[in-house]
Amino acid sequence: MIHFDKVSKVYSDDSIALDEVTLKIAPQEFVSIVGHSGAGKTTLIKMILAEERPTRGTVLFESVDVHRLRKSDIPKYRRRIGTVFQDFRLLPNKTVFENIAFAMEAAGKTDDEIQADVPHVLELVDLSKKIWSFPHELSGGERQRVAIARAIVNQPDIIIADEPTGNLDPVNTYDIVQILKKINDLGTTVILTTHNKGIIDSVGKRVITMERGRIVRDDVQGKYAI
Amino acid sequence: MFWLNIKRVLRAGFVGFWRNGSVSLSSVLIMTVTLFVLGSIIFVGAMLRTSLEQIQAKVDVNVYFVPEADEEAILGLADTLRSLPEVASVEYVSRDQALENFKNRHENDEVTLQALDELGDNPLGAILNIRARETSQYEGIATFLGSQGDQGSFIDKVNYYQNRAAIDALTRIIAGATTVGFGATLALVFISIVIAFNTIRLAIYISRDEISVMRLVGASNKYIRGPFVVSGIMYGIVSALATLVLLYPATYWVASITRTFFSGFDVWSYYLSNFAYITLVIVGTGALLGATGSFLAVRKYLKV
Repeated sequence: MIHFDKVSKVYSDDSIALDEVTLKIAPQEFVSIVGHSGAGKTTLIKMILAEERPTRGTVLFESVDVHRLRKSDIPKYRRRIGTVFQDFRLLPNKTVFENIAFAMEAAGKTDDEIQADVPHVLELVDLSKKIWSFPHELSGGERQRVAIARAIVNQPDIIIADEPTGNLDPVNTYDIVQILKKINDLGTTVILTTHNKGIIDSVGKRVITMERGRIVRDDVQGKYAI
Repeated sequence: MFWLNIKRVLRAGFVGFWRNGSVSLSSVLIMTVTLFVLGSIIFVGAMLRTSLEQIQAKVDVNVYFVPEADEEAILGLADTLRSLPEVASVEYVSRDQALENFKNRHENDEVTLQALDELGDNPLGAILNIRARETSQYEGIATFLGSQGDQGSFIDKVNYYQNRAAIDALTRIIAGATTVGFGATLALVFISIVIAFNTIRLAIYISRDEISVMRLVGASNKYIRGPFVVSGIMYGIVSALATLVLLYPATYWVASITRTFFSGFDVWSYYLSNFAYITLVIVGTGALLGATGSFLAVRKYLKV
């Protein structure tokens, strides 16, 4: 599904963010990427989202070269990927309903579909009661669940979760990981980056370990090994 | 789909304007100042124009004829003058009328009137009062009069040559005032536009994270930009309405001063009688400024 072929990213000050990374991710996989800050995890994810261009190498998404997409095709491509970030990245002036509806509107869904799907997806993340709240009225865990609801509402092929539990307490962290596992069980590919040893060990799926822009380990049923 | 998107963009623009209350308020305040400057320029322009027209109307060239001049010849010359493109109007004052005017002017001056009576005959010649379209054209008219052969011999004097220095000075002042006024207008409008643009840029700078989130969830550039442009237009329209409301008491107050200064020009009644035109200019400018300001400001954050 995703194929990194000898991808390198060198910034103008000669710092190497990715160094000849080759990596394949199959459909319906749950892949965790671990590594210290600056190991290249976020750059890797930005490559998939077409936010960064590689200096060398290609990134393929189902045999399409992500960085050869036309500018006007990039929004359409991004609708196939759901994203969840450490800092939630919700739209502050929109309610929970509107935040999720926005992703559906962007994908060209009708008002009827939006009215039907938003409550449904909020039920999945157990936030039905907060449908008319604004992000600043929610706790960190609730905000992250809204972000997940928004990420999955368009039924993307893949969910990318970049340190989704970085700002959460252990109880909320556990909840978020359970939701991600559930999403994966329903057939969506999940890519998770994290620092949290507990998460990695509890998930028990494929673990890729990065160091200084390189992949140093890739274990099918890995443990946190830094 | 097209209309659905239009509806969503409009709604998001309105909601964004309302929910970003403090940002919208500050943008509206700054744009109101901009539009108020623009409104003032319209009034100052009208005031200058009216004053200049009135001063210009007071300038004319008078041709005095010798008393023996043939009336037919004078009227012929008047007709020739009327056919010149530079000439706005020619007024004929007959000898009798000239005497009448003289007497009226000196009705309290017994000595002069007695002296006139002793002369017996009317010593005054007829007069042609010529008004040009532009003050700069008096020179040409005077030259034309000087070049008249037979008819010219009846001319006693052309007072252009006496008033020449004054007319030339006035011509220069009018030309200068027009240039300076135009330059100052341009500069003021430019500065105001830059300030308004920067305010909108700040408003959108605050939303830059929001724009990046919208991009991440796969919204197209048009769909992201639309609501900001709608909000920008709303800043413009609301500021324009505030300006129009403010101009009412402002012109009323200023009118009390200008009535005495600027040869009777009344800003307040000018505002009321040109309300539709001024509304169109101010609302149009406001909306255009808001829309282009937002359009350009968002573009910066839409680069992939």
